[in-house]
Amino acid sequence: MIQAKDINFYYGDFHALKNINMEIEANTVTAFIGPSGCGKSTFLRLFNRMNELIDNTRLTGECLIDEQNIYHKSVQVDELRKKVGMVFQKPNPFPKSIFENVAYGLRVNDVRDKSYIVQRVEESLRAAALWDEVKDKLKKSAFELSGGQQQRLCIARALAISPSVLLMDEPASALDPISTSKIEELIHSLKKDYTIVIVTHNMQQAARVSDKTGFFMLGELIEYDDTKKIFLKPEKEQTQNYITGRFG
Amino acid sequence: MKQIRQIIERMVTVMLTLSGSVTSLAILLIIIFLFKEGFGLFSSPSVEKGYALCVQTSNPIETLTPEQIKKIFDYEITTWDEVGGSKEEIMVFRFDDIFSMYPEEEFGTDYELLPEKLGEVIAQNPYIIAYIPEQYLPQKNTSVKTLPQKNIQITDFFGGKEWLPTATPSPQFGVLPLIMGTLWVSFFAILIALPLGMGVAIYMSELAGARTRKLLKPAIELLAGIPSVVYGFFGLVVLVPLIQKALNLPVGETAFAGSLILAIMALPTIITIAEDAMGGTPRAMREASLALGATRWQTIYKVIVPYASSGIMAAVVLGIGRAIGETMAVLMVTGNAAVMPNSLFQSVRTIPATIAAELGEAPAGGAHYQSLFLLGCILFVITMLISASAEIISKRQHNKEI
Amino acid sequence: MNKKTKQKIAFIIFRILGLLVVGILFWILGFILYNGIGAISWDFLTTAPKEGMTAGGIFPAIVGTLYLIAGSVIFAFPIGVMSAIYMNEYAGNGWIVRFIRIMTNNLGSIPSIVFGLFGMALFVNTLGFGDSILAGSCTLGLLVLPLIIRTTEEALKAIPDSYRTGSLALGASKLQTIRRVILPMAFPNVITGLILSIGRVSGETAPILFTVAAYFLPKLPNSIFDQVMALPYHLYVIATSGTDIEASRPIAYGTALVLIAIVLLMNLLATALRRYFGRKVKTN
Repeated sequence: MIQAKDINFYYGDFHALKNINMEIEANTVTAFIGPSGCGKSTFLRLFNRMNELIDNTRLTGECLIDEQNIYHKSVQVDELRKKVGMVFQKPNPFPKSIFENVAYGLRVNDVRDKSYIVQRVEESLRAAALWDEVKDKLKKSAFELSGGQQQRLCIARALAISPSVLLMDEPASALDPISTSKIEELIHSLKKDYTIVIVTHNMQQAARVSDKTGFFMLGELIEYDDTKKIFLKPEKEQTQNYITGRFG
Repeated sequence: MKQIRQIIERMVTVMLTLSGSVTSLAILLIIIFLFKEGFGLFSSPSVEKGYALCVQTSNPIETLTPEQIKKIFDYEITTWDEVGGSKEEIMVFRFDDIFSMYPEEEFGTDYELLPEKLGEVIAQNPYIIAYIPEQYLPQKNTSVKTLPQKNIQITDFFGGKEWLPTATPSPQFGVLPLIMGTLWVSFFAILIALPLGMGVAIYMSELAGARTRKLLKPAIELLAGIPSVVYGFFGLVVLVPLIQKALNLPVGETAFAGSLILAIMALPTIITIAEDAMGGTPRAMREASLALGATRWQTIYKVIVPYASSGIMAAVVLGIGRAIGETMAVLMVTGNAAVMPNSLFQSVRTIPATIAAELGEAPAGGAHYQSLFLLGCILFVITMLISASAEIISKRQHNKEI
Repeated sequence: MNKKTKQKIAFIIFRILGLLVVGILFWILGFILYNGIGAISWDFLTTAPKEGMTAGGIFPAIVGTLYLIAGSVIFAFPIGVMSAIYMNEYAGNGWIVRFIRIMTNNLGSIPSIVFGLFGMALFVNTLGFGDSILAGSCTLGLLVLPLIIRTTEEALKAIPDSYRTGSLALGASKLQTIRRVILPMAFPNVITGLILSIGRVSGETAPILFTVAAYFLPKLPNSIFDQVMALPYHLYVIATSGTDIEASRPIAYGTALVLIAIVLLMNLLATALRRYFGRKVKTN
């Protein structure tokens, strides 16, 4: 379970997130939608502290995952990132073999047991619905895969270290429709084991895959509710306007 | 008016086109002059020009290699059987010796009797080898045999282990000790500079804040801008005595001193290029690694360095190129003994240092002069190969960055 | 050892290495400054060497270096700038430009001693200039040509195409566009390149060894066919083969300091210029 309390976030002087409160339940898919620059990606990247990589940023408020404030001093950021996996907008495999890409997270977290690594790689690739396509060429470079396969490889890579939360930052925006639908199916099947948060600017996608949806605009969380409700009977006018495409 | 302007415009265009070709022309000229002079060496006689080597007709020896000639006149070979003749001891006769055998008056006023006397000497001594000017060659004496003049061979040059360009009668142009000296010094320079340079490049591209980088960058540019003669001077007055004292050596002018100075000089090249390559790692790739729980250090050595490996290779290659071609600093600190190196703590001599040290004293057009141009050719070819391979390697890096 | 500790150790090492490089720089600069500052005086800069170069000043060497700077710049600057204009504005993007660029890079990577050899063969012997300012300047000019071409080309590349099309659309010819729009805009960066090449020329020794430099020549040159002394060669001579090496040490330190000061000044000037004009362009 993820809880965000009174979150404010600044890039230098720019107030990027304003007073955001949100609770995300375990084993659900939550989608963040909104026009570009609305802060949805920034908000997502708070959950594994990726925003810290950018200089000159500031955060106030609390963010709890499983009751623990992830910005507390006692939290090791690499431990947190092990628990909160992330998939990025563009597929970003490392210049290594397919196998080594998936094994990377295990290796950097000091897993030395070879047979365990082999087992986890296979499980992760299966979970990412990629195993059948790559099982014969695990030693090949990850760059030989198609874009859609690469993105599923990146999902497998994130799954290999057994996170409990999976963050997805527009995971299908760089892919063709067929690859996109594969990713969406995958999200569906992963729900039973992971808490998934997905940022998308494709509203149909949000409607198809998520249980709950949050609508962001200009750094504010305008509305957050069951996906059905957001798309069929939104409470706020701004949400209504965005959903029906009157701006954005 | 308009016509004049058009004419001017066309003229300027032609001038611009011409100046565009200047660098290519310069390279072409460099190749022509270097190789023309350099390869002239192989049509120079192996004995100094204008001189001949004579033996008695009874001597079965027909030819001698430059190395054998040199050893005979250095008294390293003392009997004829060592070069394929009889068991007798060799009698070495230099031209000057004639003046201690006969009083000056006997040669005639214009030395017109000198050839005759030389012939006499050779006829009297069956085991003699005489080194005399061609103009005083005893033509008519039948007991005198002139050894055939052979040109310097390519194998003498590239396979020779001795560089004694001023030795008489047969100068030795064995380039191996110079090539080995150059490689030896450059190799250890890179061995020192690579870890240091990589460390600094990683520090600059991954760890340092914007302010530190702003300070470090000009410092490294400055390090690149210091003239090599100043590096040489610094090496001579600081490093050389330091090395001598610290390691308790007879002299401090060693290959090690050269390597140290060259390492410092190659640092800016290595740092700048390696840092560029690492800075080119896509942000997405760093983030992916960090998001998997890797530490920054793990990200650096497992993702960033492998990703930038071609760029780093190019940095190393160009660093080697810088080291191989460097002249003044090396000339001033390595001691310049032209011997095959077998330790870091002995004096060596590199190709550029040889050219710089000897060209001033080599008479233009002579074999020595030509041999120095040939050294220049070797240097030219090496640096061309190096810049071509750096080009190819860094192209690989760009292909990765699509 | 866990990965956190490893990271800590690695980062400490890198910090130390970074410091070490800066340390080396300050060591060299500080050493020369500390030992050389005592030798510097008005007399040192304005009189000729005396008593077998163990006393007196370095005036002829300073003058010689200035002559060589001027000579090589006169030779290389116009050709370099024109060559860059040709490559960037005329030649398009075909194989010709690629070929020229490769050749320019190659010329830039040739060791300076090879330039010395070539300069001796072509300018001194074949063209019959003898050991002279002319021969030395041509050799040095050739050496810095790639640097000038590269910096000029970068300066030209930085100008957006919209300026070119804008000028051409007003009926200006290509040459007019270059003269009135492109060159004035590129000027600061071109000058920066020029300053950097002056720094390079003033420190080079190997190319002038056999083309111009005189061991000892207290009188100033009368024409471009005279030999001159030059700072870097003078330093080499008094450091390694002077009449009395120990006695001329202070002069060697002083010469090294003057040489470094010139290079430092040129670098600072180039940086300052880059910064000044960089800001000016941005605020526009």
